[in-house]
Amino acid sequence: MSGMRERGVWVALAATLTIGGLLVYADGGALFGQSSTVSMLQRAAGLGIVAIGQTFAILAGSLDLSVGFVISLTSLIAAETMAGSNGMVAPAILAVLAVSAGIGLVNGLLITKLRINAFIATLGVGLVIKGYLEHGYAGPAGSVPASFQRLGYDRIGPIPMSFLLMVAVAVVSWVVLKRTRFGHHVLAVGGDVDVARLSGVRTDRVLIRTHVICSLCAGIAGLYLASRLGAGAPRVGAEGGYDLESIAAVVLGGTVLAGGRGGVAGTVGGVALLAAIDSVFNQLAIDPFFKQVVRGTVIIAAVAVYALRLRRKEALA
Amino acid sequence: MLLELNGISKSFLGVRVLDGVGLQVRAGEVHAVVGENGAGKSTLMKIASGAHQPDAGMIHLDGDPVSFRDPRQAQAAGIGIIHQEFNLLPERTVAQNVFLGREPTRRGLVDLRAMHERTEELLASVGQEGISPQATAGTLGVARQQVVEIVKALSLDARVLIMDEPTASLADHEVELLYALVRRLQERGIGILYVSHRLKEVFDLSSRITVLKDGKLVTTLDTAATSPEALVRHMVGRELAHYYPPRATATPGPARLALKAAGNRKLHAIDLELRAGEVVGIGGLQGSGRSSLARAIFGVNRFSTGEMFLDGSPLHVRSPRHAVRAGIAYVTEDRKAEGLVLGQSVLDNAMLALRAVTPTVAGRAARAVGIRELLAGVQVHAAGERQEVRFLSGGNQQKVILARWLAMKPRILLFDEPTRGIDVGAKAAIHDLIRRLADDGAAVLMISSELPELIGMSDRIVVLRDGRVAGELPAGPPEESVVGLATGAGS
Amino acid sequence: MTAEATLPSRWRFGRLTGIGPILALLAVLLMVIAIRQPSFYDPPSLLAFLKRAAPLVILAAGQYFVIVAGDFDLSVGSLVTAEVVIAARLIDGDPAMTWPVVALMIGFGLMVGLANGLITTALRVPSFITTLGMYLILVGAVYTWTGGSPRGALTEEFRLLGRRGIEGIPFLQQLPYAVLVLAGIATIAVVLMRSDFGKVLLAVGGNPRAAALSGARVNLMRVIAFLISGLFAAVAAVLLGGFGGVSFQVGAGLEFTAITAVVLGGVVLGGGRGSVIGAMLGAVTLEVLFTLLNLFGVSGALKSAVQGLIIIAAVAIGRTRRN
Repeated sequence: MSGMRERGVWVALAATLTIGGLLVYADGGALFGQSSTVSMLQRAAGLGIVAIGQTFAILAGSLDLSVGFVISLTSLIAAETMAGSNGMVAPAILAVLAVSAGIGLVNGLLITKLRINAFIATLGVGLVIKGYLEHGYAGPAGSVPASFQRLGYDRIGPIPMSFLLMVAVAVVSWVVLKRTRFGHHVLAVGGDVDVARLSGVRTDRVLIRTHVICSLCAGIAGLYLASRLGAGAPRVGAEGGYDLESIAAVVLGGTVLAGGRGGVAGTVGGVALLAAIDSVFNQLAIDPFFKQVVRGTVIIAAVAVYALRLRRKEALA
Repeated sequence: MLLELNGISKSFLGVRVLDGVGLQVRAGEVHAVVGENGAGKSTLMKIASGAHQPDAGMIHLDGDPVSFRDPRQAQAAGIGIIHQEFNLLPERTVAQNVFLGREPTRRGLVDLRAMHERTEELLASVGQEGISPQATAGTLGVARQQVVEIVKALSLDARVLIMDEPTASLADHEVELLYALVRRLQERGIGILYVSHRLKEVFDLSSRITVLKDGKLVTTLDTAATSPEALVRHMVGRELAHYYPPRATATPGPARLALKAAGNRKLHAIDLELRAGEVVGIGGLQGSGRSSLARAIFGVNRFSTGEMFLDGSPLHVRSPRHAVRAGIAYVTEDRKAEGLVLGQSVLDNAMLALRAVTPTVAGRAARAVGIRELLAGVQVHAAGERQEVRFLSGGNQQKVILARWLAMKPRILLFDEPTRGIDVGAKAAIHDLIRRLADDGAAVLMISSELPELIGMSDRIVVLRDGRVAGELPAGPPEESVVGLATGAGS
Repeated sequence: MTAEATLPSRWRFGRLTGIGPILALLAVLLMVIAIRQPSFYDPPSLLAFLKRAAPLVILAAGQYFVIVAGDFDLSVGSLVTAEVVIAARLIDGDPAMTWPVVALMIGFGLMVGLANGLITTALRVPSFITTLGMYLILVGAVYTWTGGSPRGALTEEFRLLGRRGIEGIPFLQQLPYAVLVLAGIATIAVVLMRSDFGKVLLAVGGNPRAAALSGARVNLMRVIAFLISGLFAAVAAVLLGGFGGVSFQVGAGLEFTAITAVVLGGVVLGGGRGSVIGAMLGAVTLEVLFTLLNLFGVSGALKSAVQGLIIIAAVAIGRTRRN
C-alpha cells in the first residue's frame, strides 16, 4: 500500500530530528529552540505550498517545471499591485490568483489539447515567463504594506502564520484527494489514462485542473514570499530552486513520479525532512553549500529505498 | 428491439473499416459477432459504446435514435462494455474501480460507505461474495478481475453489455465462471453483444451470430441452424481443409533439453524432456506454472533447484541472453508488451536478437539480406520492411517475431500462446511454421489455453497443475483427459 | 516479406520525415539570416558560428543517447560547471598541468555518467530523480570545495581548444579546433547510432522488456548511454572553459537547453524514437535562432521567452502533423 511508502518519510524525519537534535545539543545549541523552530517551519512553508500543488500534477502523471518562475512573477504582481497600500491587498491577491490560475490553464491546455509532453510544455511556459521577468525587471520591485507582511512574520507561539497557511492548504488538498470525485479521478488518470477515459472520466479536464491547482499553489507561495521580502523579486523562484525541489519533495514523500500512487501527507513529510536537514546544518554551522550535497544524496537514497521495497513486495506477491 | 445498429460506416485516414454494417440485439439475447482480425468487429463495438463516432448510420436504443459523443454518454444510456485488455486500475480498490467516474457522493464528498455497500451488493448479485470491495484490484487473480469488470458494467444498470473477447486471458475452468455469469445476465433481460475468436463459446452461449468480413456484413445466422464448419466458411470465405498440420511421422530424435527435478518458487520437481523433431504441448490452467516453466528455461526466472541439460550437458541458464546464446528461443504470450518494439520497423524488429546478441561491424548488409529472406519465408504481409510493426495485424506481428528467432537458428523453441488473438487464416500459417520447425529438427515446447490447438498440434502433452507435472498424454487425447489432469478431477 | 511490398524509395522518404520538420525550420531561419546579414555566410564567420554552437551540439548529442534509451540527464549543466571550476582550481595557471587535468576532466565526466547509470539501473531510481540528485550534489560539492567562489585560473594551453584553430588555411583563414572536435563527436555519434549498438539502444528505449527477452543487456546499454552523456559533457566543458571565464554560471541551465534541442530535433521523450542527427540539428537551430535574435537586436533577456515559445510551437506542430 502507498501508506507504507508515506510512512517511510516520517521515520526518516524522526530519525533526522533525533540524531540532528543530539548533534546540535552536543555542539552546544538547541534544535528545538524558539528561533530555530520558527525558521525551520518558515522554510518549510514556502516549499511546502508549492510541493503540495506539484503533488496534484505528479499524481495525475504530469509535472510542472514552471512553478519557480510563477512564484517570481506572482511575487511581483502582488507587490506592484499593492504598492504599499493597505486597500490594494485584496485586489492584489485576486490578481495573483487569477494570473496563476491562467498560467495553470495554459499549461494544462498545452498538455491535453496540443498533446505536448508535460516536461516540454511547462519548461516552455517557464522560459516564456523567465524571459518576461528578465526583460522587465533588474531587481526587486513594488512594496507590500506592513499589514500584509504579517503573513510572513506573525506567529502563534512558535508556529508562524505561514506554516498554518501551509497546513491549511495541505488539509484541504488531503480532503480533495481522498474524498472528492475529482481526487479519485486524479489518481485514476495518473494510474492509467485510458482506463479512466473508458470509465467515463473526463481526463483532459482532470489534468487541466491539476495544473490550475499546481499553479495556484505556486501563486500562494509567491504571495507568501512577497510578504516575507516586502517586495516582489524577479529571481526568488529560480534561485530558490522551487521547480526541481518541489518535485524532489513530492517524490521523497513516496509519490511515484509516474503518477497514480501517493498523496499529500507524504509530500508534507518530504518537505519537513528537507527543512529539518537544513535546520540541523544551519545549527551546526556547517558549510551551507554542503547541505545541497546531502539533499541530493537523501533524495536519491530515499527513492532507491522505495524501489527496493517495491521489488521485495513484488517478489513476495 | 433493444439495440439496433443500421448502416454503420467508419473510415480511418481514408481507409474504410466499416461499410454499412447493421445488427440487432434483443433483450435477454446473447448475440455473437465473429470475423477474422481486421473484419471491423472491435471498431463496431467501439462505435456502439461511444468510443468512436460513426461516419454514417444510425443507432437505435429501444427504438429511439441515439448518438454518443463519448463512452460516458453511452454508459448513461445503458450500454456497458468489457474490453479485451483489462481495464482496472491495479493500485485502486475494487469499489473505487467499480464506481470510477460515477462515485456516489454525499454533501459533495465521496460516500465511501455507500460505495462499498453497493459494490458488495453487486458482487453478491452475481454470486461473488468472496471478493472484498476494499481489496486492491491488482492483487486479485485474472478471473476475479474479469468479474470486477463485469460488476463495473452492471453498476451502470447496463441493459446492453458488450463483451469484446472476454475470455482472451482466461483459462478453461475460468471460462465456466464467465458462462455462468453471462447466463445470469441473460435472465435479467440484459442484451449481450459477444465478440470472440473461440467458436466453442460462440456456439455454447449465443442465440444468433453476426459474421463480418473486411468491414462488411456477411450474414446473421441462427446459432441453432448452423455449424462451426459453416461459420468458418462464412468468416474466411473458403473452406479450411485442415485445421492442423500433420504430426511428426519420424520417431523423435535425441533429447535436446532435459529437466531433472527442476524447480523454483512457482515450479516443483519438474521432469521434462524435449526431443528433436517433436512438439510438446504444455497444458494446464492459468497459474498452473505453464508460463513460469517457459520463463525458467529461458532464464527469466531461473530454476533454483534441480538440473537442466542441453544436448546432454548440464547448463545453468543465467539470463535470457545466455539462453539465446545456448540456442533457445522464446515467443512470449504478450506480443505487444514483451515481444515487439512497436515503434520500430519490421526489419529492425526482426533483426533485434541478432543485433543484441551478436553485434557486428562487418557483414551487416549480408545479414539484412538473410533477414529479408526469412521475412519472405514466413510470409509477412506489410507495406514494406520499413513499416512500423504496430500497424501490422496480430498474425503478421507474430511472424516478425518468428523471423527474429529463426535468424538465431535456435535448436529449442518455446511458444507461449502462439496464436492468441490471431485470426483463423494466420493461425493456420503459424501452426504450419511451428510444425515445419520441428520437422527440421528443432525441439518445440508449446503452451496453449485453447484445447483444440493443444491437442491438434502436440505430439505429446504434459499437463501442469499447481507447479507440478500432473501427467503426460500421448498425441491426440480426448479433451476430457487434459481437463481432468489440469483440474485434478480425473485422478 | 511479400515481394510487392519492398519499396526502397518509400523507406528513404520515411526516414527523411523524422528530421524533416527541423530541417525546414532551420532552412527558414538560415534564409532570414541570408537576407538580413549575408556576411554570415562568409566561411570565417560561418566557422565562428559553428565554433560557438559546438558545445551545445555536443551536449545535445550526449543527451540524445540518454533520452532515446528512455531516460533523462538533468545533471549535464552542473557537470559542465563542476568540470570548469575543477579545471581552473587544479591547473591554477600552471601550463604543465593542462593536459593531465583535461584527462582528469574526461575521467570525471565518465565517472559521473557511470554513477548516474548505476543508480538508475541497479537501484532502479527513475533517472529524472537520479540526475536531479546528482545536479544538487555537483552544485553543492563545487561550491563547498571552492568555498563559494571559483579559484585558480586556466592556462592559455587549455583555452587553445575553445579559442584557437589551425591557422593559415586558404579561404577559411582559421579552422577552429572546436569545429574539429565537433566534427569528431558528431561522427562518433552517427556511427554509433548506425551500428548494431544504436539499433539495440533504440529498441531498449522503445520496449525494454522485448529487448531483454531478445537477449539485449538492457541495463548495460542504459549505463553506456549515461557514460556517453557524461563524456560528451566533459568535452563540452573543455570547449566552454576555453571560450569564457571561470564561473559558476558556465553550465547553468544547459541541461534544459540541451533537452530542448533534442526534442526540437524530433526526438521523443520516453525513448525509442528519433535520430541523433535530428538532435544535433535541433541544437544548431537553437543557436541560429539566438544569432538571429541578436541580429534583430532583441534583448538578451527575451532570449529565453523566444526559446520557450519556439519549443512549444515546434513540438505542437510536430504533433499535429503526425496525427
